[in-house]
Amino acid sequence: MQISLTVNGKNYQVTPPPMKRLLDVLREDLAWTGTKEGCGEGECGACTAIMDGVLVLTCMVPICQAAGKHVTTIEGLAADGKLHRLQQAFLEKGGAQCGICTPGMIIAAAYYLEHPDEAEDIGEALAGNQCRCTGYTRIFESVKAASSLYSIV
Amino acid sequence: MNFEVLTPHSLASALDALASNEKLVPLAGATDLMVYLEAGTLAPCTFLNLQELWELRPVLALNGSLTLGALTTYRDVRLSAVKDHFPMLAWAAREVGALAIQSRGTWAGNIANGSPAADGVPALMAYDAEVDLASKNGRRSVPLAAFYRGYKQMDRRPDEIITAIRMPLPQPGWSDYYRKVGTRRFQAISKTLLAGRILLDANRTVKDVRMVFASVAPFTLRAVQTEGLLRGRHLTADLIGDATRAIQDEIHPIDDIRSTEAYRRRVTANLVRDFLAACGPVC
Ligand SMILES: Cc1cc2nc3c(=O)[nH]c(=O)nc-3n(C[C@H](O)[C@H](O)[C@H](O)COP(=O)(O)OP(=O)(O)OC[C@H]3O[C@@H](n4cnc5c(N)ncnc54)[C@H](O)[C@@H]3O)c2cc1C
Ligand code: FES
Ligand code: FES
Repeated sequence: MQISLTVNGKNYQVTPPPMKRLLDVLREDLAWTGTKEGCGEGECGACTAIMDGVLVLTCMVPICQAAGKHVTTIEGLAADGKLHRLQQAFLEKGGAQCGICTPGMIIAAAYYLEHPDEAEDIGEALAGNQCRCTGYTRIFESVKAASSLYSIV
Repeated sequence: MNFEVLTPHSLASALDALASNEKLVPLAGATDLMVYLEAGTLAPCTFLNLQELWELRPVLALNGSLTLGALTTYRDVRLSAVKDHFPMLAWAAREVGALAIQSRGTWAGNIANGSPAADGVPALMAYDAEVDLASKNGRRSVPLAAFYRGYKQMDRRPDEIITAIRMPLPQPGWSDYYRKVGTRRFQAISKTLLAGRILLDANRTVKDVRMVFASVAPFTLRAVQTEGLLRGRHLTADLIGDATRAIQDEIHPIDDIRSTEAYRRRVTANLVRDFLAACGPVC
């Protein structure tokens, strides 16, 4: 099955088995390895990406349903050689330790900063993303630091 | 991987495909099916990908009744104005997994997956939803409250697709209540859940009531006997006490990895009290 999709602005043609996970196509076929696998069953959020403007778990998306879609992964956030403000904040505030949850966290946080009305607070926005290292406090602080709302304060 | 996919572009061709091969498995948001696939519990099969069927597109049409196209997601409902008329739909949507599940998971998938712990189904059932089904042989509708026959047993023939979910617009005066009890706030499956609606008159007589429970029976349970006990009666503290006892005969909770029968009985009674007291003698 030939499928075309756009990842981080680049167009690709792939011919994977139709139920192959978007996660695996990204990592194995297209070498976008920033997106991580944690649980493989929708619980941890490590594999979070944005597909056609909505937050998705790439371990839950069969590639046949990604045909013609635009996918943004963690690698798509930095622009012009400059880190996204969330990446910078995670770096400065200690929002990342082992790093496995970090790409998904930052993608979910980026989605929240762009769609603040879709969640009541950072807690709800990141509720689908689990971290085994940080205890979340520094992640929340990083997101607050990166949001213009908080940086004015 | 021995999984194939058909992606029809019209409902007619999807129904033709199903009529000639009833083993096809409809695939919507994939948030249940991908879990089964990963866990290795799905036998090799061919999926019928519904995502390109414009007839099932996520419309939220409101004109005397609400129609949700079968591909309507939780996120679609959370972002739409229907929550002004159907607040429980938005409350329920918010309880499903977390945002990334809500943007892909569909209400119809929640119905057809048939889990007794489904969070969307109780809200739909409390709003008297009907399920529209289509096959090559025609269309029919089934009240959601009559759709389940047993654990994961439902009134859907293998050649049928759910095309839409419809609910009548609630009359003014109803109070809605939705409470899920899980281990944590988000991304948790319920131990028990009550979706309730009640219509009281000025004397606090129960004119009508709906009480739908999750995770305390083999399928989503509408508690018709307890509803019957309440209907037409004056909502007093005594009646609320009677209802908390009556519900014990209607539910069939079990011990499992998420909770125990005893806990589920106790907390379900508490939910009934909380629901009725919220609109009853105290207010
Ligand atoms: C991490 C995680 C958390 C979750 N949390 C919750 C939760 O809190 N509460 C909850 O209720 N659920 C939860 N779920 C389950 C799931 O997200 C929901 O049941 C969702 O509504 C399923 O919809 P879907 O479109 O993804 O279904 P799919 O996986 O595509 O399909 C599910 C079933 O429905 C059938 N089907 C789908 N559409 C149709 C149709 N139109 N006609 C006929 N059959 C159809 C499929 O064949 C399949 O049997 C969770 C899942 C995950 C992975
Ligand atoms: S790997 Fe996808 S949610 Fe955990
Ligand atoms: S930094 Fe290790 S899981 Fe979050």
